[in-house]
This record gives sequence, structure tokens and C-alpha cells, in this order.
Amino acid sequence: MKYSAIVIGGGPAGLAAALSVDKDKSVLLIEREDKLGGILKQCIHDGFGLMRFNEKLSGPEYADRFITEVLSRSNIEVRMQNFVTDIKKVGDDFVITTTSKDGILSFIGHNLIFANGCRERTPRQVSIHGTRPVGLMTAGVAQNYVNLMGALPTTKCVILGSGDIGLIMARRLTLEGAKVVGVYEAKSTPSGLSRNIQQCLYDFDIPLYLSKTVTKVFGHKRVEKVEIMSVDDRMNPIAGTQEIVECDALIVSVGLIPENELAESLNIAMDNATKGPLVDQNMMTKLDNVYSVGNALHVHDLVDYVSEVSEIAGKNMDKLNKRELVNIEQKGMLYLVPQMLDIANLKETTAFYFRSCKDMEKAVLRLEINGIEVFKKKYSNLKPPEMEKIHIPISANKADKITFILEDR
Amino acid sequence: MTKMICIVCPNGCHLEAEIVNGEAVVKGNKCIRGIAFAKEELTAPKRSLTTTVATVYKEMPVVSVRTKGELPKERVLDAMVVLNKIKLDKKYKVGEVIVSDILNTGIDIIVTTDMYKAIN
Repeated sequence: MKYSAIVIGGGPAGLAAALSVDKDKSVLLIEREDKLGGILKQCIHDGFGLMRFNEKLSGPEYADRFITEVLSRSNIEVRMQNFVTDIKKVGDDFVITTTSKDGILSFIGHNLIFANGCRERTPRQVSIHGTRPVGLMTAGVAQNYVNLMGALPTTKCVILGSGDIGLIMARRLTLEGAKVVGVYEAKSTPSGLSRNIQQCLYDFDIPLYLSKTVTKVFGHKRVEKVEIMSVDDRMNPIAGTQEIVECDALIVSVGLIPENELAESLNIAMDNATKGPLVDQNMMTKLDNVYSVGNALHVHDLVDYVSEVSEIAGKNMDKLNKRELVNIEQKGMLYLVPQMLDIANLKETTAFYFRSCKDMEKAVLRLEINGIEVFKKKYSNLKPPEMEKIHIPISANKADKITFILEDR
Repeated sequence: MTKMICIVCPNGCHLEAEIVNGEAVVKGNKCIRGIAFAKEELTAPKRSLTTTVATVYKEMPVVSVRTKGELPKERVLDAMVVLNKIKLDKKYKVGEVIVSDILNTGIDIIVTTDMYKAIN
């Protein structure tokens, strides 16, 4: 049988994408783990769904609303514990190969939605001298131990990186009885949300050290201590500032990277800034009928946006005119999604998602077509960790030069 | 003036607040919810608690739970002591209460992962 759509990944993006496909079209949802929900399964803290449901839900509760709906849909077939090993384009369709308990399987789909999320940057991807013993782990791994396995992976730890997962884990480990010596951030400003600094660190008297990083790990079988150094404004360690902190674990929370080996195997054009595919306003990549959504497309800070973006892909599937793509340029942003405008399928307004490349107290976003300003919006307090979304009435012709400019005002 | 960060929404406004004649005088808030937060934070701070409790099921050694509402901030660690003694021996659905009125605070503890879907 041939599916209308194959969705790879059963986390928040894949669940929302599968649900948004018309109910008379067949969908295959492929998940490598034995449960749906993706990373939300272990994100037991609250704050999810404030935008979408106007409620402060925990991660598993947010996921459960989508999972319940997916399981009730007769047009969606779910295959758990299937790991995609190969994708080939055959004519107008895609052939997906998976390994599973039932052996090697293959499935044919007309549309393909990549919803396979992102990965944490590992301790091996950060330059730290010394050994790599047991006790060195990412914040997500620590979260899995504590929240899903019910095991405490440390009694006294150092956390490197002030991303939100690191802050959340500082609180979680403290609640479960571990001592968090401190959260160390090489940059001069914290990466996580201010409210998490307050409710995860300050509430529990956990110190936050800025412009300091871990430079060396000691220990053979198990982490025994780490060396901390102050860094200058170019993040280079300053000689003579070494201090030693005894601990049995070093937990790193140093960023997330979209997972795109499968998309790359189809030679889909990627964006160096997002580390995800280039897409048009319907989240379709340069390859017709192939979509990228959620954290595989770019790392989001709110799951509510992940669901929303993923629904755009499913809703418009098989309803589009032959595409005509125009590139969108940007200046002054960390990145902008979509990076292409499909002018053959424009609606009244188009949603754009962007991050500023620096903290901007007062900023202005301008849209120029062929050098002429057609839209302008003022912003205050833009920060790279906080994604902005804007709906703009935009239309353009094939030869137009579309440029977004974000600048101080 | 006391400095604090509002935790109501992801904006995380940096507030300065004090109580004058029983009312909160607040600076730095982008919305009205900041005033209510600051007043509560200065008089009777509250926090939600999210954690896990043990179960008898080996496929799911712990299940996620949370407070339905918020506890007085100083009772959070006491609530952890109560919850760490629990071992669930039956399955619960999302939203079902496992402890009602924990520590006489009027706040219930609810399950946040569907144990029926997770355990075969």
C-alpha cells in the first residue's frame, strides 16, 4: 500500500503534523522509541501549552492530548520501535526502509514529513581537557535517568551551560537530594529564560557563575573533580584563574542541534544558520513534497510553536499549485524561517519566525522588496534565545529581491 | 524595594517591588499579572511542584506528577518528603489525584503521564 504521507518522528512535531493531514488521507507515523511523545515524556516540569491551551501543563500532559487524538484516528497508522535507515526517491514517491522487531521493512509514501527533532551537543563536542569517565553526561541524559528511570545519577555535580534544560535539571536534582555546586556559563549573560534563573536557581540558592567555564575533567572510572577557569570576553580562559571543584558528575547543557542526516541523504539544501533544511512558508523543502517541521527545522524555545509550525505542513499537503520559489534574504538576524517564498501559493498573510543576533533594546524590522520598504514593525527587548513570530501580508514576483532587515532604532 | 524576576510567563520581567499601605508598588512589569505576582511574592510566595513518584511497574519505575495549583513556597521540600514515600500499585490516567490536600494546603497532587498507555 502507498501512504499519502509518512511522518518520521513521534514527538510533538510529528504528532501535530500527522493530525493536521486531512482525515481521508492515509498517514504512517514512524517512531524509533517504544512510546510516543518524544522528549516531552521526560520534560515533567510545567509551563507547556500556555499559548495553545491557555493552561500551564507539564510536558507529558501536553503530549498526551495529541497522542490520545492520534490513537483515535483511523487514518493514522503508528509504528513504534522502527528506526529509519534509508530513504530513496522513486519516481514521484519515497521509499523508507526501517529496522524493527519484525526485521527490515519498507514503506512507500507520496509526501514525507521530517519531524525527527534535535540532539544535544555532547561533552565530546566541547573542548574540555582531561578524561571522559562515568558521570559526564548531557542534561537530557540526566533528565532521562531521574524522570523516567527513577535513578539519581549524581550526589554532587557541576552544571556547565545555562540553557533552560540545565537550569531545570539543577532544580530537579536538588529536589531529589543531590547537591548542585553551581551552574557555570562561559558567556557573560545566561542563555536560559530569566524566570528559570529565578525559580530553578535562586529559589534553591544554587549559584550561577557567568564568564566561567569547565576546562578540565579529572577521574578515571568516575568523575572526581573538575577545573574551572574564568574566561575573557572572547571566551578564552584567563591564566591563573584555575579553581578545582570536587564532584561526581559534570552535566553539560550547551546547545541543541537539529538532526538532519536523513534529510541530507536526499541532498536537501540546508541553512547553515538554523542547521535545518531551507523551507518555504508551507515548511516544504527545496524537494517537492518533502517537509521539515519542529526542532529538525530549527530549535524552538516553546513547544506551542512546534505544534503550530508542524500543522502548517499537514494542512496544505496535496493542495498546492506548482511551486515558484523566491529566495528571502535577511540582515541583522540570527536566522529567519521560512527562507524561501512560494509565490504561487500565497495567502493573505505569511508567518515568519526569527531570532535577533544580539540583545536589542529597541529594534525595527523592515521588509524591502527591490529596495523599497513595504512593511515595518518596531520591537523592544529582542533577545536571541526568544524567537519572534510575525504575520505579514506579502506578495512578490519571480524576479523580486525580498529582504528583511532587523536594525537598532 | 525588593528585586525579583516575575515567573508568570516566559517574558520574565525584572521587577522592583515593595508593599506600601498593603498594596504592591511595582516597577518593571510589562503587564498587570506582574503586580499580583509581586504582591504574592512579597507576602506569601507560591510555587508549583513537579516531580515523580515510584510505582510497582518495572516498565515504568516512576511516574510524573504535579501540584494542581501552587504550594506555599516553604512547603515544597516538605511535599517532596511525602511524595518520596509513595509507591503506586495501580494505574492512573492523566489528571487523576494520588494525594488530596497535601500537608493540609488544600492542593492536590495529580498524575501527568497516562500509565495505561505507558504500561502494557
